[in-house]
Amino acid sequence: MSLAEPSAAPSAGSAGRSRPRSLPRLGHARGIANAALGIAALMALWWLGGWGIAHDPDLSAFADFAPAPTLTSLVQMVESGDAARMAGPSLQRVGLGLLFATLVGVPVGIVIGRMPRVHEICNVPFQFLRMISPLSWMPIAVMAFATWNGAIVFLIAMAAVWPILFSTAGGVRRIDPAWLKVARNLGARPVAMLLTVILPAVAVDILQGIRLALGVAWVVLVPAEYLGVTSGLGYAINDARDTLDYARLGATVVIIGVIGFGLDAAVGQLVKKFNWVRSSAH
Amino acid sequence: MTAPLTFRGSAAASAPHLAQGSPAARPAPVGAHVAIKGLSHSYRRHDGKVLDGIDLEIRAGEIVALLGRSGCGKSTLLHMLSGLSHPSAGEVVINGKTVREPSPRWVMMFQAPSLFPWMTVAQNAALGLRFTRRTKEIATRIPEILDLVDLGAFADRNAQDLSGGQQQRVALARSLAPRPELLLLDEPFSALDAFTRRNLQKDVRDIARDLGLTLILVTHDVAEAVRMSDRVIVLEANPGRVSCDTPITLDEAERDGGSDAFQGEHARLMKLYARAADDAPRS
Repeated sequence: MSLAEPSAAPSAGSAGRSRPRSLPRLGHARGIANAALGIAALMALWWLGGWGIAHDPDLSAFADFAPAPTLTSLVQMVESGDAARMAGPSLQRVGLGLLFATLVGVPVGIVIGRMPRVHEICNVPFQFLRMISPLSWMPIAVMAFATWNGAIVFLIAMAAVWPILFSTAGGVRRIDPAWLKVARNLGARPVAMLLTVILPAVAVDILQGIRLALGVAWVVLVPAEYLGVTSGLGYAINDARDTLDYARLGATVVIIGVIGFGLDAAVGQLVKKFNWVRSSAH
Repeated sequence: MTAPLTFRGSAAASAPHLAQGSPAARPAPVGAHVAIKGLSHSYRRHDGKVLDGIDLEIRAGEIVALLGRSGCGKSTLLHMLSGLSHPSAGEVVINGKTVREPSPRWVMMFQAPSLFPWMTVAQNAALGLRFTRRTKEIATRIPEILDLVDLGAFADRNAQDLSGGQQQRVALARSLAPRPELLLLDEPFSALDAFTRRNLQKDVRDIARDLGLTLILVTHDVAEAVRMSDRVIVLEANPGRVSCDTPITLDEAERDGGSDAFQGEHARLMKLYARAADDAPRS
C-alpha cells in the first residue's frame, strides 16, 4: 500500500504566503505601540482630571487622586507589603467563589446542554435568576451565612455561576454529534464519553465562561467586601475613603485594575492553550 | 459475464461464494458471521416502513456491498448491524449473539472521519482500546495499525494537520485497532477525490482480506461496489427490501476498473440497480 495522499499544506496557507514577510513582525510591534498609546492617553486624562480637581476650589480636597500622589502611595503600598496583604484575602474570596461557581456551573451546564428537555425546563428560571444583580442577594447572604467571609464568597459565586453555566451548556450543544456516535460505536461508556469527548470538546467554552465570570466576580468583589470584613481590596477602598486618604484610595483602584487585568490575561492564555481549533484545519 | 442472481430476500438459502481471487492464499477468516432475520423498521409507530422483511446471511470473511439509491434504508440497516439503532421487528445476530448495543467487535466507519481534533493521530487511533480498557495494548498495537494504513510517520501529528484521505485512513486505523470481527463502512469514501477514493477502496479491501475480516459496505456507487466486494446486495426503496443478491466474480487484478471483466460486471450491476430503482414505488 502506498501513501497516496499528499501531506497537508503548511499552516500558513496561500493567504498567509501572499502577505509581505515583514508584516507580522510589524503588526506585533504596532500592537505594543498602540497599547502604549492607549495607556499614555489614559494617564493623560487622569493627569488632566487631577489637575482640574486640584485647581477647583470646591474639589481641591480630592487632589490626591492625581497620578503623582497615587503612584507614590502605590509604590509605598507595594514596598511595605500592604498591597499584597490587601489583595490576598480578595484573591482568596474570588478564587473560592469561582471554584464553587465552576463546580456547580460546569456539571449543570453539561446536563442542560445534553438534555433538551432539562434545558427547556430550566431556561426561564435560570434566565430570571441571571438577571438579578448579585448584590441583591446581600441581605439573604448575610442571614444565611455565619461569617461575613462566607457571605462574600456566596455573592461572588452567585455572580460567577451564570456565565460558566451558559457557556458550558452552549459548548455542549455545539458538540459534533458524529463525535458522540463514533465514541459510542467504539464502546465508550458514559464516564469515558464525559472525560474523553465532552470535557475536552467544551474545555474552551468552560474557560471562556470562567473568563467572563472572573470579570463579573472581580467587579462584584469590591462592593461585596464593603460587608463587615476587615480585609481585602473593597475594605481598603472603604477604609481609605473613611480616613480621607485619597492617594491610598487611588492606589487601591490601580491595584484592583492591575490584578484584574493580570487574571484576565492568565485565563486568556489558558483559553489559547486549550483551544484545539486550528485556523489551518482542512 | 453472467452470475447467479437471487431476488427478494432469499439470500440466506443461496449465499454466494467468497471472492474468486485465490482463496487458498487468504488466512482463515477471523471475521464475524452475520445473520439478519426478518428485520423491519419504521422510525415512528404509524409511519411507513423504511426496511421491510430483510433476511440475509453473511459469511465470516465475506466482503459485501449494500447497494441502493438514497433513501432505500441501507444506512439504517448498517446502523442496526452496528447496534447504534434497533429494528422495530426482527433481529441482527452476529456470531450467534443478538446485537443489542455497539461493540468494538463490530465497528462502523462513517462518511466523515470525525476525528477528535484535540488529539494526535495515535491518540485518535487508540480510542477503541481506551474505551474498552485495553490500554496495555496501545503501545504495541497503535504503531502496528498506523503502519498498516501507511501513517506510521504521522503518529504524533495533530489530526487536523492531515488531508481528507489521511484523516479517513486514521478513521480506518481507529476502527481496526480493537481487532473487530466485522467492519461496517457507511459510504466512507464519498467525500474524497477520485484518486484518493480509488486508493482507499483498494487498501481497505486488501486489509480486510489480509485480516480475514467480514466487511459490509454501504454505497450508491456501482463502481465502488464492483471494485471492493465479493457480493452485492441491491436494495430497493419504499420500503427498503432486498431486490437481488449477486456475487462479483472478478479476480484481484480485474478490480482496478480498466478490464473488460470489470466493465461487464459494472454494466450487469447497473441493470440490477436500475431495475431495483424502477421497481420501487416513487416517494
